[in-house]
Parts: sequence; C-alpha cells; structure tokens
Amino acid sequence: MFVRIGAVVFGMVASGLSGAVLAQSAPDGDAARGQSLYESTGCYECHGFIGQGGAPGPAIAPPMPFEPFVLQLRQPRLVMIPYSEIVLSDQDAADIYAYLSSLPPPADPASIPLLQTMP
Amino acid sequence: MSGSSQQRGIKRRQFLAGAAAAPAVAAVPLGPNGAAAAQAPSVPAAPNTVGDTHPPGDAAPLAEGQVCGSDHMVDVLKALDLEYIASNPASTFRSLQESIVNYGGNAKPEFLTALHEDSAVHYAQGYAKIAGKPMAALVHGNVGLQHASMAIYNAFADQTPVYVIAGNVASEWVRRPGAETAHSSTDQAQMVRDYVKWDEQPYALRDFSNSAARCYEAAVTASPGPVLLVCDAEIQEEAVHAEHMAQLKIPKISRRAKVVADSAAVEEIASLLVNAQNPVIMADRYGTTMESVPLLVELAEALQAPVIDSQGRMNFPNQHPLNHTQIAGPAIRNADVILALEPRNLFGMIYSLADLPVRDPVSRIRPDTMVIRLGTTALAQKSNYGAHQRYAAADIDIAAEAEATLPYLIEAVRREGNNSFEARGQRLRQASSGLGEATRREAAHAWNASPITTARVIAELWDQIRGEDYTIATECQFQSYWAHRLWTMNHYYNYLGQSGASGVGYNSPATVGAALANRAHGRLTIGIVGDGDYMMQPGVVWTAAHHQIPLLMIVHNNRGYHQEVMHVQRMANRHNRGIDRADIGTTIKEPDIDYAAMAKSMGVYAEGPVSEANEIGPAIRRALAVVGNGEPALIDAVMQPR
Repeated sequence: MFVRIGAVVFGMVASGLSGAVLAQSAPDGDAARGQSLYESTGCYECHGFIGQGGAPGPAIAPPMPFEPFVLQLRQPRLVMIPYSEIVLSDQDAADIYAYLSSLPPPADPASIPLLQTMP
Repeated sequence: MSGSSQQRGIKRRQFLAGAAAAPAVAAVPLGPNGAAAAQAPSVPAAPNTVGDTHPPGDAAPLAEGQVCGSDHMVDVLKALDLEYIASNPASTFRSLQESIVNYGGNAKPEFLTALHEDSAVHYAQGYAKIAGKPMAALVHGNVGLQHASMAIYNAFADQTPVYVIAGNVASEWVRRPGAETAHSSTDQAQMVRDYVKWDEQPYALRDFSNSAARCYEAAVTASPGPVLLVCDAEIQEEAVHAEHMAQLKIPKISRRAKVVADSAAVEEIASLLVNAQNPVIMADRYGTTMESVPLLVELAEALQAPVIDSQGRMNFPNQHPLNHTQIAGPAIRNADVILALEPRNLFGMIYSLADLPVRDPVSRIRPDTMVIRLGTTALAQKSNYGAHQRYAAADIDIAAEAEATLPYLIEAVRREGNNSFEARGQRLRQASSGLGEATRREAAHAWNASPITTARVIAELWDQIRGEDYTIATECQFQSYWAHRLWTMNHYYNYLGQSGASGVGYNSPATVGAALANRAHGRLTIGIVGDGDYMMQPGVVWTAAHHQIPLLMIVHNNRGYHQEVMHVQRMANRHNRGIDRADIGTTIKEPDIDYAAMAKSMGVYAEGPVSEANEIGPAIRRALAVVGNGEPALIDAVMQPR
C-alpha cells in the first residue's frame, strides 16, 4: 500500500507560512553545501532529490519550521532513521534546511494541462 | 550447458524392449542356408585411431513411422494445452527439444529461447497471470534447475502455475563422465521440493503421461503453483518399439470444478457483513479472471463497503469511490467486520510491524473486529520457507476460491434483506472524493525535475496509452504506485501484482511473459523495471526481439539497488557512523550503464538515457510507435529513486 504514513507527522507544518518566514526562524545555512549533504547523507533516498517525497517518505519541501525539523531529525517519529549530532551537526542540519528552503514551491497542478486530464 | 563429447562406453540398456545388453562386437549374421550372409561393406577405421574397436555407426536411426520416447512426451504436452515452452538449451533434454521442434512442429508448445533459466520460469509466471493457464519452462539437470530456483520460488509465493520440466540422466551407468554426471542427480526435485506444489520423476516411458497429467492438475488446482516434472534423458532418446505403443496412453485431462465455500459458511458471513456497522473488504490475490473485478464491485456496492486493495493482483477499480486503498487507515481502524479475499499475508493486512530496532506488531484493527479469511492459501502451504508469511488467526477461515464463492455470497447478502446502506455509501464517497485533487497536487511537485519524477513518467505514459487496452506487468511500489493513482484500472489484466517472494529479477522477464500472452489479444504490455532488477537478466529483451513480442520496457534508472541503499543507510544511521557511505556496494554508477546501447546490441529499438522531463513524453511516443508495429522497445529513463 502507498499510504503516506508520514503525513500525520508533518501535518504540524504551519501551512500558511511562506518559505521566507520559515527560513527566518532557522540559523544561517549554506544551501549549496546543504544540497550536497542532502544527497550524501541519504535524505534524497526517501524524500527525493527535490524533497518532493515518495512512497518511503513524505514531501519535505518547503520544510516545516526549523525546530520541529531538527527534532524529527534527532528523534524521528514513525520509521524515519535518526540523524544524531554525532553524524550530522546542527550546522549540517541548518545547511540542509537552507537547501530545502531554497527550492521553488511545488507547481500548481492547475497550471499543468496534462495533470488536468488525469482521472 | 551440454557436456563435451566422450568416447562411447558400453551400449545402453534398452528399457522397453527388455533386451540384454548388446555384445561389444556384433555377431556375423547367417543367411537362410546357415552360411554367412553377405555383409554390407564396412567403413574402415582411420589409421592410428586409438580405441576405435566398435563397428561404425551409432544406434540405428528411427525407422519410418517410428517414434522415440520424447515424441510421446510431446504428444502428452500437446494434450496439456501448453502453448509455449521457454528454455535455455541443454543436453539433458536434447531429445525432447528435438521432438518439440521436429515431431511436434514447434507448435503447442512453441519453443521460446531464453538466455537464462530464471528468465524461462519468470516468462511462464508473467504469462500465466494473463492467460490464466500455465506455460512450460524446460531446464537443464541440476545447474539449470538451480538457476531457475529463485523464479520457481517467486511463482510459488505468488500462487501462480508454472509447469517446469527438468532433464536428468537417472542411471549412473550411462552418464558420460564430466559435465553430464555433474548435471544429473538421484532426486533432482529435492532442491526445489519446498516450493513446488508437486514433483514427479517417471522411471519408464509408459508412466510419463500419468506423471505429466498429475503435475498439470496440481499446477492449476487451487491454490495454483509451480510443479516439476523430471524427464530422464535415456527415456527421451530411446526408440519406442511397436509392441510397446499400446502402453503409451494419454489420460483425459479433467475439467476442474472450482472450490466454493460451503453454503452455511456463506450464509454466516453474509449475515455478519450485512449487520456490520463498518464492514471492510480487503483483497490481495483475488483478481485473476475477467469475472473477478465485476463480482467484487457488485459485492462492495451491495454492502456499500470500502475496498482496500493490497495489490497482490488488480482487484477493484482504482477510481471507484469505494476504493479506499489510499485512505485505508481509518477504514481498517473503524472496521467491525473485515472480509479478506485471497490474502497471502493476513498478518500484514491487520498488523503493522515497523522496521525499528524493537519489533512489536501493532494491531491496525480493534480488539473486537471480526476477521473473515476467504481464500485458497491454506490449500497449498509448505512449512520451511516463509512464503506463507507470519501466522494470523481469523475468526472465520474458509479455504475456498474467493471468486467462485462471491456469486453465492452476493446472493446471500441480498437475501438478508433490503438494508439500505446509502448513508454509509455517501460517507465513503465523500471521504474519497478529494483523492484526485490530492494526487494531482502531489504529482505536480518537482514536475520538471531532473532526474525525472516517477509521477511525471507515469503521467506522460498515461497520456499516450489511455485509450489502449493495456497491462502494466511490473511491481508498481517502486514508482510509489503512481500508476494506481493516475491511471484507470478496471480489469484484472491491467495490473498483475507482484513477484511473490520479492526475488529480484522478476520484472523484466515477467513483462515478456505477459506480453507473450497479451499478443493474442492485441493488448499493450508495459514494464517499468528498476535498473538493478533489469541487470539480473538483460537478455530478456533479446528474447522479445527474437520472438517478435511487442512490449514497452522502461528502465527505472535510479542508478542503484535503491531498496538496499535505504537498508544500509538505516544501519549506518542506527550505528551512528558513515552515513555518507551507504552507496558503497549498493549503487550502479561510475560508470553508468548504457541500457539503451545494450538493448540495441540485441536488436531492440531503444532510447536513452533520458533525464530531462520534457524529453520523456516524445521518447514514449516514438517507442510506442515501434511497439505498435509488433516489436519491443526500451527507454532508459533516469528517474527519481521512488
């Protein structure tokens, strides 16, 4: 089955917040370094290269506020694997967060004619 | 896999004729007056030929009208209605192969050249899921069967009939030393006995037809599964003497009645379902015929019950408002009665067990939920391998064919009264009404990304096949089930479920096998195959080209064994070390494999690597044009991992 079990966890995202507002609550991060870390440390494996999500993990771009983001990294709910400070520093987390915050928002499906023809 | 030629030893015993072994030197024939008869001139031995002490000539060729053992075997195979026999050629069945090709006219069965025995059996697995009947796979003694064994296990776990025939040289006396001896055994089926339904090794030609018929019946009788018939090479090759022809009977092949649940059980479960507040239907290996899906729709609509599809087959129309697979959690949690149809893994349906260091199963249902299991799994279980999955008790367990039972169950539900479930139906339709919009919103995410998203590929495919009668023959979880969310699936053949035992290497040969069966229906066959899975047996596309089997194969190129990337990543993170080293031993890159070039080298139209989202639609269009001309085509698509 392809039910997104992580959706409940990430339902805590304040969906009305813009990416800029979310980023302002996070420490400074290097988005380019963050992209490299995002791939090398395996985040892409479950969440996709663009944070779009997939069967193994939900969409994480745009990201939730930084504090719960780090909490989920350190003490993950459900089946996500932990990233302790030993293997991923707070600065690493900030850089990854910066990368996710830098990504363009998902396209509006109404703007994609092909998707409008789907059942 | 044939052994090299060896000098002949003592002439073989002749089983049927019962004659004593021929002398090493032929006696001089006498004429009618007792004098030595004139002899045909002999071919003198070449000078200095060491060991050439026998008169020239092999065993006499068959006389006109005479048959050999394997000719009779072909007669039996024809009676079993086996359309195809896939095989990688080998010496232990050389006579059977020759009989198929010459005596049998290479028709029914038609010989399908496989480049690996695993492919041969997986072809048969994919074929059976479309055709509803078995195909044969012919494998070499020992080593061929060893190659085929994983595929046989997949078919067993998948409850799919496959008719496996293995060659063998049973008598040690006649085995040539070297390869032929190494490729023969006393009990060849022993290596697969734990995961075939039935196996036989007839020791005389007159027993062959009974053995073959029993194997066939075991393969197709619920619950269906693979069988093994071991054919001795001597029996294949021996000429049949006229006086023994009368022993070679072919038994009639039975028409098999379905296994239906007893009427009392049907009445009881109908009553439970009708009187339930929140009945739920869960279907796994249910949808196997044209009647399956309409029957389940009828039952679900009569009850206004949600259907959760475990995707062991295509069980229920994916766009039907009662299909609650995507929102299964609440339905299962609130269920007071669950009817599980053909569940292979009932435990997994009603419990969750997360991949965490502490593995405690968590029930997905209420303590008072009544679980009814209606299916055939219990009719063919073996204890050693875990294909039977973890034990889960049902409140009512009915070992019967769910599809065959459903008409009676539907009648019984209607007889219970005119209960109106309209309010429940409205609630369920409301719950599922937003799924389409949610799906499109998720699919739009990273729509133009490179690597291409799985949603994009699936959507572009649907754009071009939506008017077609189609099958997607591969496991869809690796593309996050986008096909089940974006396409329309209404027939059992639209989706064929999974490999069975998750043995990697199933998807591409199963696509070929399904396409072989679909060819008769003019139906489009599509396979989306992970690169790791594809590389297990890349030669399958050659078989498709050689036998003109039209299909579209898309290599889901995520440059690795992605499931294993995630597994090793999980271990690294848990062990707090090396979290950037999970790609060691799990990825397929540096160098990147050129799947299109590989396919082209085997005569298959191919494009790729395609890594830009706006290129995938046109590539699909070009490839489908080739498929429309009756040929296979392949696209190497560089895609997101899931």
